[in-house]
Amino acid sequence: MKPPEPAQRRVSLATREALWAFAFLAIPLAFFLFIRIWPAFQALWLSLFDWHADPSKRPFVGLEHYEQMLQDRLLLKALQNTLAYTLLGVPLQLLLGLGIALLLNAVTRFRDVFRAIYFAPYVTPAAAIAWVFSWMLSPNFGIVNEILSVFGIPPQPFLTKPSQALATVTMIVVWQNLGFQVVLFLAGLQNIPRDYYEAARIDGASNWQLFRHITFPLLNPVMVFSAVIGTIGFLQLFTQVVNLNFTDQGGPLGSTLTLALYIYQVAFARFELGYAAAITVLLFVIILSITLVQLRLLSRRVEY
Amino acid sequence: MKRLSTFLIYALLILGSLVMFFPFVWMFLTSLKPFAEIFELKVWPQAPTLDNYREVLFKTQFPRWFLNSLIVAGITTLSVLFFDSLVGYALAKLRFPGKGLIFVLILSTLMVPTEMLVIPWYVMSTEYGWSNTYWGLLFPGVISAFGVFLMRQFFETLPTDLLDAGRIDGLSEFGVFWRIAFPLVRPALAALGIFTFLGNWNAFLWPLIVVQTADMRTIPVGVALFSSEAGTAWNLIMAASSLAVLPVLLVFLFFQRQIIEGVVLTGVKG
Amino acid sequence: MRIVLVTLFALWGAALAQGQVTITYWQYDFRSKVEAVNELIKKFEAANPGIKVQHQTFPFDAYQQKVASSIPAGQGPDVVNLFYGWLPTWVKAGYLQPMPAEYIKVLDSEFSSLAQAAKVGGKLYGMPTAVRSLALFYNRDLLNAAGFKTPPKTWDEFLSMAAKLTVKDGNKFTQLGYAMAPDGQDHHLVREVLIRQFGGRPYSDDGRKVLYDNAAGLKAFTFYTDWLKKYNVGTLGNQFFPGNNAYRDAFIAGKVGMIIDGSFAIGTIRNGAKFNWGVAELPLEKAGGRKINYGSFWMHGLTPLATGPKLAASLKFLEFLVSEETQRYWLEKVGELPARKSLIKDPKLTLDKVYGPFVISLSYAKATPFVDEIGQRKVMTDAINRVLLENKDPAESWRIAAAEEQKLLDNFWK
Repeated sequence: MKPPEPAQRRVSLATREALWAFAFLAIPLAFFLFIRIWPAFQALWLSLFDWHADPSKRPFVGLEHYEQMLQDRLLLKALQNTLAYTLLGVPLQLLLGLGIALLLNAVTRFRDVFRAIYFAPYVTPAAAIAWVFSWMLSPNFGIVNEILSVFGIPPQPFLTKPSQALATVTMIVVWQNLGFQVVLFLAGLQNIPRDYYEAARIDGASNWQLFRHITFPLLNPVMVFSAVIGTIGFLQLFTQVVNLNFTDQGGPLGSTLTLALYIYQVAFARFELGYAAAITVLLFVIILSITLVQLRLLSRRVEY
Repeated sequence: MKRLSTFLIYALLILGSLVMFFPFVWMFLTSLKPFAEIFELKVWPQAPTLDNYREVLFKTQFPRWFLNSLIVAGITTLSVLFFDSLVGYALAKLRFPGKGLIFVLILSTLMVPTEMLVIPWYVMSTEYGWSNTYWGLLFPGVISAFGVFLMRQFFETLPTDLLDAGRIDGLSEFGVFWRIAFPLVRPALAALGIFTFLGNWNAFLWPLIVVQTADMRTIPVGVALFSSEAGTAWNLIMAASSLAVLPVLLVFLFFQRQIIEGVVLTGVKG
Repeated sequence: MRIVLVTLFALWGAALAQGQVTITYWQYDFRSKVEAVNELIKKFEAANPGIKVQHQTFPFDAYQQKVASSIPAGQGPDVVNLFYGWLPTWVKAGYLQPMPAEYIKVLDSEFSSLAQAAKVGGKLYGMPTAVRSLALFYNRDLLNAAGFKTPPKTWDEFLSMAAKLTVKDGNKFTQLGYAMAPDGQDHHLVREVLIRQFGGRPYSDDGRKVLYDNAAGLKAFTFYTDWLKKYNVGTLGNQFFPGNNAYRDAFIAGKVGMIIDGSFAIGTIRNGAKFNWGVAELPLEKAGGRKINYGSFWMHGLTPLATGPKLAASLKFLEFLVSEETQRYWLEKVGELPARKSLIKDPKLTLDKVYGPFVISLSYAKATPFVDEIGQRKVMTDAINRVLLENKDPAESWRIAAAEEQKLLDNFWK
């Protein structure tokens, strides 16, 4: 009699591991289900109803709000803008963030001070940032136009002209997010064992080779995270857009309007929460699809 | 050659610092100006005053708002650090059925904007009597998908041999997580801690909805009171913002090395 | 422990015996208003021992969201302060309940005709303490220095003054005659003032049809956009000066000759301006032409949460908030113009140098029947910006605006 001991042991090990995993996950999963997913489902469910303060008086309208979306030109504008923000902002934020993190990692003196300085914008409240930028970018009195005029460039309207407003907002958001991105990359760089570099250097690798074959691949998990989270953030852009053009939110001429801002306006200025919920479903589907594609394309197993 | 590149790096960093730090300095300088001077187009205060700070500290409930924000952001951060790394570890290092689905499910909670969630949360809060309490303020954030994702990414880079060594030594799975894995990802924990704290420190929408009385307001809700139909008291906003931001930045400045770098030396790298 | 229980029980008993009712009042947070209401509540509670009023305030910028999210959960205000322009939206979504019919008579006979906008579909949904109107603020020092002794009476005078007060240095402005603010108060100016002065009407009487898409409307609109394109009054406030309310801030900074603003801006301008300034009624199309103004107000409404004994208490408190006594106190403490006819006629007010022009304007002011205040403001702002920022043909831009606004109205009334 030969008991299949190793196999049995393997099964029980796997079961044990799964049991542990569910023990780890029990409380958090319950939290996500009841505090995040169920309310989200309730919010999205509203898209099938017209809104009323009294829950028992919300008429069922089926897919009417989804049909309404097809006719909504402001929604189309918001959708286009939101995608433009994301396409422009995410790569810029990743590239600049990585560049600065590498520079910061390369210096030894005043390193802490530099880090704190680059982190400062991320800490500063959006309202304060909006005010300062509106001064710096003022077409008439702003310091940026002063500097441009030294190079013979005429004053630019920046936030006050439809053709420039979106790009300007993007720059400001990237500027603010850099602190976040830099801290993240620095944490990722710290996570790479020093021995790898030392070993490679002994083998005579150049700086570029070190970056190409050690830093970049080992930074992949942080890259994936940054790309996904950055994209989710830009697709839900709201606070900075509101603050940077406070009296004509999403303007001028709808040129900075985002989906999240439009949802807010539909919900809380027009009190059409049913329609706002339908647009939220659209936004959710967009974010989910992009995230899944990103996770599939960008992730690769890291082998040590 | 080496000298030159070092010089270039510093030159770049200093140039960048100017761009990054100037608005922050401006915020602080504006906080020293009297209201009538706000609209004069000068960066430097002509008649610097601490009146704005006096007004914010003594004529509003700012100290109380500060305390509230500290409590909410502090507790949330501790809770997130623990639970998120627990989940992140399970998702990165343990094998179990439904793992991919659970990960996407958790991640999907980041994809519905808060503005649409506040109504169901508020209904929940009134039902259970959480409205206008600290628990009401912090319950939606005590575990975050953001942190789960971040920790999963970092745990993934940990060599499995290291964990197996712990298992062979007879540690339970929780012991492996707590004694071996958790300390090794401290750079990531530091980053997550800072982000979570700041996210809650600056959060506006949910605190606005769940709080009714002046003594339960958090800093952002309080600061929003300085703006109204007839204009904005920028001098007060800047003073309150400086008071809110400076401590955070100083903590970051002085403790970043301890939390980010000091650990690398103690960690065992495979 | 037992003493505590006994005391609590006794208190509870006393409350029951007295029929103690607690109601909640919400308004946006503005220091003078918060202090005034706190004082008023003390007075009210002293006169009505059975009623307790909880006063809660929230940031102005997020006030609608706060209300929108709270009432559906059944926890929120019984009496709520709201801008009249939000009324139709709030009523349609069930956030307000009508007041008993007897208050309609009071409103009709004792309140400024503006307050009619507190009715939707013949039902009354609240009453105002104070009202506001528009006027021309001018920098007297700048006007005098340019040789003008009095503010403009007609738009022609206004335009020649503004052109003379505009100063450029190279391609940058150093001073504006007039700071254009489409998203400030100028969209009201075009909609309610200029269209009528040029012989048109903005909306049908029931507020459901846009009527400005005609020659008179277009003339008014083109006249406004020409201020910048033809008459050189200056430029857009936000291209000239930084900040959220650039036109007003630039005026306070002493860099603008004239702005059009509401009476609610008096306090801010008074606090900030370090020069001599004055207020005048809005200019006319021609001497002896039609006087017209845009009036608006914040009102106190009853929410569906005010039921049973809370309803009677809420009505009592609301009545108190709009009483003559309160309105007089409000003017003194907050500086807002009273909504009652009896108080508006007070010569002390009409002759006041700052309040006078606003008060006089109230008698001929109209309140726009908004159904989607932010959406409709955006339609008008965009119409202006298309011409000023993108050089679109005014006729084309005006046609788009009329169509867009009609769509908003149809969407609401469908």
